Amino acid sequence: MKSAVVLLPGLNRDRDMIAALTRISGQPPATVWETDTAIPDVDLIVIPGGFSYGDYLRCGAIAARMPALRAVAEKAAQGVMVIGVCNGFQILVEAGLLPGALMRNTSLKFVCREVKLEVANANTAFTRNYRPGQIIRCPVAHHDGNYFADAETLARLEGNGQVVFRYAEGTNPNGSINDIAGIVNDKGNVLGMMPHPENLIEAAHGGTDGRALFESALGIAA
Amino acid sequence: MTISNTRPITPELIAAHGLKPDEYQRILDLIGREPTFTELGIFSAMWNEHCSYKSSKKWLRTLPTKGDVVIQGPGENAGVVDIGDGDCVVFKMESHNHPSYIEPYQGAATGVGGILRDVFTMGARPIAAMNALRFGEPDHPKTRHLVAGVVSGVGGYGNSFGVPTVGGEVNFDARYNGNILVNAFAAGLAKTDGIFLSEAKGVGLPVVYLGAKTGRDGVGGATMASAEFDDSIEEKRPTVQVGDPFTEKCLLEACLELMASGAVIAIQDMGAAGLTCSAVEMGAKGDLGIELDLDKVPVREEHMSAYEMMLSESQERMLMVLRPEKERQAEAIFTKWGLDFAIVGKTTDDLRFRILHQGDEVANLPIKELGDQAPEYDRPWVEPAKPAALAESDVPQADIADSLLTMLGGPDLSSRRWVWEQYDTMIQGNSLQRPGGDAGVVRIDGHESKALAFSSDVTPRYCEADPYEGGKQAVAECWRNLTATGALPLAATDNLNFGNPERPEIMGQFVHAIKGIGEACRELNFPIVSGNVSLYNETNGQGILPTPTIGGVGLLGDWRKMVRIGFAAEGEPILLVGAAQNWGTHLGQSIYLRDVHGRTDGPPPPVDLAHEKRVGDHVRALIVSGIVTACHDLSDGGLAVGLAEMAMASGIGAAIDTPSADPIPAFFGEDQGRYLLTLSIRPDSAEWEALRAEQQKLGVAAALIGTTGGAELKLGQAHAISVEKLVTTHESWFPRFMGT
Repeated sequence: MKSAVVLLPGLNRDRDMIAALTRISGQPPATVWETDTAIPDVDLIVIPGGFSYGDYLRCGAIAARMPALRAVAEKAAQGVMVIGVCNGFQILVEAGLLPGALMRNTSLKFVCREVKLEVANANTAFTRNYRPGQIIRCPVAHHDGNYFADAETLARLEGNGQVVFRYAEGTNPNGSINDIAGIVNDKGNVLGMMPHPENLIEAAHGGTDGRALFESALGIAA
Repeated sequence: MTISNTRPITPELIAAHGLKPDEYQRILDLIGREPTFTELGIFSAMWNEHCSYKSSKKWLRTLPTKGDVVIQGPGENAGVVDIGDGDCVVFKMESHNHPSYIEPYQGAATGVGGILRDVFTMGARPIAAMNALRFGEPDHPKTRHLVAGVVSGVGGYGNSFGVPTVGGEVNFDARYNGNILVNAFAAGLAKTDGIFLSEAKGVGLPVVYLGAKTGRDGVGGATMASAEFDDSIEEKRPTVQVGDPFTEKCLLEACLELMASGAVIAIQDMGAAGLTCSAVEMGAKGDLGIELDLDKVPVREEHMSAYEMMLSESQERMLMVLRPEKERQAEAIFTKWGLDFAIVGKTTDDLRFRILHQGDEVANLPIKELGDQAPEYDRPWVEPAKPAALAESDVPQADIADSLLTMLGGPDLSSRRWVWEQYDTMIQGNSLQRPGGDAGVVRIDGHESKALAFSSDVTPRYCEADPYEGGKQAVAECWRNLTATGALPLAATDNLNFGNPERPEIMGQFVHAIKGIGEACRELNFPIVSGNVSLYNETNGQGILPTPTIGGVGLLGDWRKMVRIGFAAEGEPILLVGAAQNWGTHLGQSIYLRDVHGRTDGPPPPVDLAHEKRVGDHVRALIVSGIVTACHDLSDGGLAVGLAEMAMASGIGAAIDTPSADPIPAFFGEDQGRYLLTLSIRPDSAEWEALRAEQQKLGVAAALIGTTGGAELKLGQAHAISVEKLVTTHESWFPRFMGT
């Protein structure tokens, strides 16, 4: 399966994401620049983490209005899988592809550490290589990862199984409501998550718990 | 508001520029007339301590700066060291002390930004950062505010730029109450045939301004950083620069793209004294004149005078000399990244530094003399007094276990997790060892097995008691920390923070610290390839502790053989390598004396450099051989603290034998050149016998002092402490102190 990575000024985990996709799929992903209006024919589009446009105005707000994101939205509407990690998640929310909002961490500080995630729904295109309820390790590194949605949206997300990852074992690093770490849209083809699975995919990272996410999305058997 | 270039030059104006009367006379002699106001500003920027090293140059020349692997020593934006396979590591450490005290967030942030720029200006992509921070005593009313601001500023810039922070130091001492230290280190990776320098080449070539626009921020910053603080400090806030890591990240990508295109002849970042310093350096190094037309400089404020533009320290700016035929291609790259690109001048053959503004020539100075003929001083210094040795019988007693907990739960030895969890330590996906160990280790991207280790070290209380031994110890500890991961130390950068050099006792500290650093670097084959001097670190006449921070880089041939500090498994033998028969002996200047008994007397532990090298080389060879399962060097707090740190890092406890002599110096002495190792071989095995025979032959002392295992740390006859209790004690001080 083919993938593409969206590049925007200020993103800084793009190289990590490209390395992960290359290592796992065996081929480097295509890249899409901020001003590109079309995205090549791929099965998976990834928006990596970082500080696009300096996080100015609001995290992800400027990025969400760039031509590349309009192209991502078109692809998503056609059913192409999209993953947004960290700033990528914030951008998907700002672009209206995912519900809710990501607010400043309750500690008001940037936080970089390893947390535990519960695979709350293993029945998605992104998580099918995990076991239901599996607890995995995963790093986080963000300042604005405190997920919030109004009661109605939250009930819908929970009811539809759209909450895919939850911070587990008391490791919620940012105050997210219902310990939400990652969600999918109602069609199930757009995933947003704050933690960084791309930083835990090989021995040098000290673990490979993040690998199954990309293998699931890329259609690689566990 | 426009400041006229014809403003009269009064003695008050000269003094306000930090120029002494004899220095002003030198200017008059050099140019044969009274300088214009802009020219006075230029001289002040080039001749201040921060830019000219006028008090330190004489002594810096004595440092060893060459070696088999050194490609570029001091004098460029950063040092360059060969790491084989056509790759090199580019690194430097630099202070941002004064700005960080005045405005902690922006001061620290732009300190990080400045050092990152130094590294990528040379053509390297930054791969690791560290920062050595010294704050005043915890109870001082400003300390919390400064810690919060500095840590947040370091993180705010580095995290956004996208470089992992893999190490550093945080210490507290009352002597930094009025003058904190923020020393930022950065390292980058480049190809040995892709290094860019600041020396301009070719007459009539375009001088190009790149990056962010020029504003009034930071005007006179370098001059401020070269003066002592007094009570008027709040007035100096406008001299602190404001950072924009987003622009810097774009500047990095644009510069690397531009360099790859072959357009760049010379490049210099605009750091201290901005446009002035960068242009003068490019011209003077290349034996060329430079002519700048300030009307072409991109500005973000209106009506800026020539003086302000020449002295602005606005961040994220670069000056380059480009190949004219590549101009259009270069401009396209910068436009793509949303950055300014402007041709602001040209190189000339007249060795003059000419500044044009609104049709007038506002400065016309000899370019070589601006840099080369800056004043240089051989400042008087006095021999530092040596503290008396402690009497042999002077071994104050205390409960071993309780003392260990006191030290681990105190300001200096407690966990820095509160700090480093605010830094992105994992970005780039190559961090093999993150903060909390002996050194940060980063895999070399694109290489199967190689990695680089980084450590930053100095023990200021040792330097205060004996600057010469303290200087040696700073180098030795850095070398030791790198060695403890299995890395071969390659080279170092120094960041020399001292008080007012016009005071002979401070100059004496400086001279002796340099002597100690030089000797240690020579003996350990650990040359200094870059560095920075920060003097006048005092407030109202009170100097800081002498703090020559050493940032070292080491190379691991195969990171799969790298070791960490945490005990790796139960039931493994613990070997103390490099220690005297009684394990430890030296209590002078120890954390034990200070934190448990409130004493700060005695000499610091001496460093025997031949011993240091012999032991370190042996430990490294053992790690490379694959039999070492964990390794930790001993430093602050001695053996007891070292053991506790190994236990806390993994959760595995240990039972330690009873020392043969007084357990206090054995467990808390800070003797140098010691390592703790755990091994995968058993003490009754043939390999063990062979190892002991080899150690005997090498003259390396090694004692089997105990075994790993269980959930407690038991030090001889002392009561056992659960590892959980150690962790809780160790982790709780910082969050409690910061109130979070």
